Amino acid sequence: MNRYTIAVLVRNQFGVLNRLTSMFRRRQFNISSITASETETAEYSRITFSFDGEENGKQQLINQLYKLPDVCSIKELTSENSLNCELMLIKMKNDPAAREEIHSAAEAFKAEVVDYSRESIVLRVIGNSMKMDDFISLMRDFTILEICRTGTASLEKGSTTIRHTINL
Amino acid sequence: MLLSGSDILVKTLIEQGCDTVFGYPGGQILNVYDSLYTHQDQLNHILTAHEQGAVHAADGYARATGKVGVVISTSGPGATNLVTGIATAYLDSIPMVAICGNVPTTQIGSDSFQEIDITGVTLPITKHNYFVGRVEDLADTIREAFVLAKSGRPGPVLIDVPKDVQIAECEYEPISPVQKEEPYAAKDIRIEEAAKIINSSKRPFIYFGGGLITADAQDEMLELAEKIDAPLGCSLMGLSAIPTDHPRFLGMQGMHGHYASSMAMHNADVIVSLGVRFNDRVTGNRQKFATGAKIIHIDVDGSELSKTVNVVCGLRGDVKLTLRKLLPLVNENKKPEWTKKVNAFRKEEESYLDNREGLTPRKAIMTLNKHLGENTAVATDVGQHQMWSAQNLSFKTSRRFISSGGLGTMGFGFGAAIGAAFGTGERSVLVTGDGSFGMNLNELATAVRYNIPIVILVINNGVLGMVRQWQTLFYNKHYSNTVLNRKTDFVALAKAFGADGEAVTTPEELDSAFGRAFGTDGPYIIDCKIDKDEFVLPMLPPNGSMDDIITKLEVEL
Repeated sequence: MNRYTIAVLVRNQFGVLNRLTSMFRRRQFNISSITASETETAEYSRITFSFDGEENGKQQLINQLYKLPDVCSIKELTSENSLNCELMLIKMKNDPAAREEIHSAAEAFKAEVVDYSRESIVLRVIGNSMKMDDFISLMRDFTILEICRTGTASLEKGSTTIRHTINL
Repeated sequence: MLLSGSDILVKTLIEQGCDTVFGYPGGQILNVYDSLYTHQDQLNHILTAHEQGAVHAADGYARATGKVGVVISTSGPGATNLVTGIATAYLDSIPMVAICGNVPTTQIGSDSFQEIDITGVTLPITKHNYFVGRVEDLADTIREAFVLAKSGRPGPVLIDVPKDVQIAECEYEPISPVQKEEPYAAKDIRIEEAAKIINSSKRPFIYFGGGLITADAQDEMLELAEKIDAPLGCSLMGLSAIPTDHPRFLGMQGMHGHYASSMAMHNADVIVSLGVRFNDRVTGNRQKFATGAKIIHIDVDGSELSKTVNVVCGLRGDVKLTLRKLLPLVNENKKPEWTKKVNAFRKEEESYLDNREGLTPRKAIMTLNKHLGENTAVATDVGQHQMWSAQNLSFKTSRRFISSGGLGTMGFGFGAAIGAAFGTGERSVLVTGDGSFGMNLNELATAVRYNIPIVILVINNGVLGMVRQWQTLFYNKHYSNTVLNRKTDFVALAKAFGADGEAVTTPEELDSAFGRAFGTDGPYIIDCKIDKDEFVLPMLPPNGSMDDIITKLEVEL
């Protein structure tokens, strides 16, 4: 199993996200994260999927996605060719015994305290997905109350854009 | 001119060259039916007995003509009744536009009477679908649907039109019929690669499917076959593309394919595949499929390349244009060794042929062959009769074998035969089984009402024969729910619907019954009784290879 990230530029119409996720479902891929938003033009939306799978299956999936009339272009993004960024909010139990260690971990990860109460601390972490995973793993030593992650935002390095990706 | 949505809908269909549509009215499509009424001199609407019959008819019409088949239904149950037919067209890449009414936009999402989210339902079985929320978008949506349905790899497109959009008015200007997207050949570098592989081949085999018919590339393929001295075989969907008696043609191959065709493919060193998709019914066990062969695959749909079997050379492009570019690069040479081997397979196949006396399935189809005109379309349902037809029918003209290959839809045939008759303007034939016929025989009402000349051959064995065959071979003869025990009198049934028919038990009776059937101005049923334990042979067991082929029935019944 490998982790893949693909960005799909689509016509911005209602139901388009459904058409794409339906293709993942049909090929039995579980989407591990998804981000969708309008782009520099309202005409298009950009949807970024992260999912686990095998090379063959991923290629099949991309081939099938290309056939959807709403899909304009697809770009596979790897850690080498792209910039990946994610944001996470994590709510920890404010346990006096753990407080100091949570703070030093947060400092090491450049996580920001965005809410503080007697019972809880909310931290905001920004970075790539692996950094999030590592931070969560550290926090598991204490009591995690709740986590929310945005999913990956990815852009290709350099001046090429998804609109200039040649379809197959 | 200022027109209502329903008038625009009908006028756009006419503008797109549509002459016949199939359908069934209902509450949320009433306005469109009103417009059909006022345009009846320009657009012929065929009312079926059930929406499923209508969608299969649109499909049969499209298969027989190559044009886009159009079906119209109301919302809710009308729309869901189209689903099997849309899926059938999707799996066989048939160009179709399905139009459904829906509740007014103000009621959408409130579970109104006969409201269904049909664009959601048909998402995985259409090339694309549309919900038209504004009358201003209607004409262009229909035009876009026609482009999509017939471009590249064809397929069904659904348009959901709420009632208020049918009522609302806007400006409409007719345009000329939209053209499909310009086809293109595969990349030169791939074509050169393919030529190299073909030129080094000693035992080439050409394998074609429905994509060849869609691309209309028969002449180019036959030229290639002559040049490289290759035998030809096809998938179920490729049948009728070239005349059955073509000297290079070995017939359909696959699970119930011709022995020689399957063996030639299995023993080839290069397989040139044209518009096919290597379905499991064709390959059997993919690990053991044509292990000695390099596969070259030309298909307009790039996602089919290396989807199920690994191809050495995948060419994404129009089959006809790609073959045209490939032909000059291919060396002409004779391959006497290979031809000898292929002829040996043919000889061997002859020894397996079923030449028993009496009314055997093969005899029934061979008798039908004697009566078929050059242009007669033959539709089938699904099961044993379909395979006997595929194995033994003889065709002269392309697009004349009309059968549900991918989805395997029992109940497909009658509607399809009706559509084919309208498409060709000639008598069509339906070969069906008593099981399949039971699923959609209500369309007899349609055939009688429009006086459609259809010869209906019911191969009647009193069982669900194909399933029974598997139960015999793989399920310890546990005939679970495959013995029909019905008392249906098909001749009386025909008469009840206002048609005629007769029952036969010998080849001679069948022959003379065909004489009457082909002379009848309207539908005619022939109830052809055969034994319940007739088998479709040869058979590659599911997930088997050519080493496992069953050519003779060795099970004690």
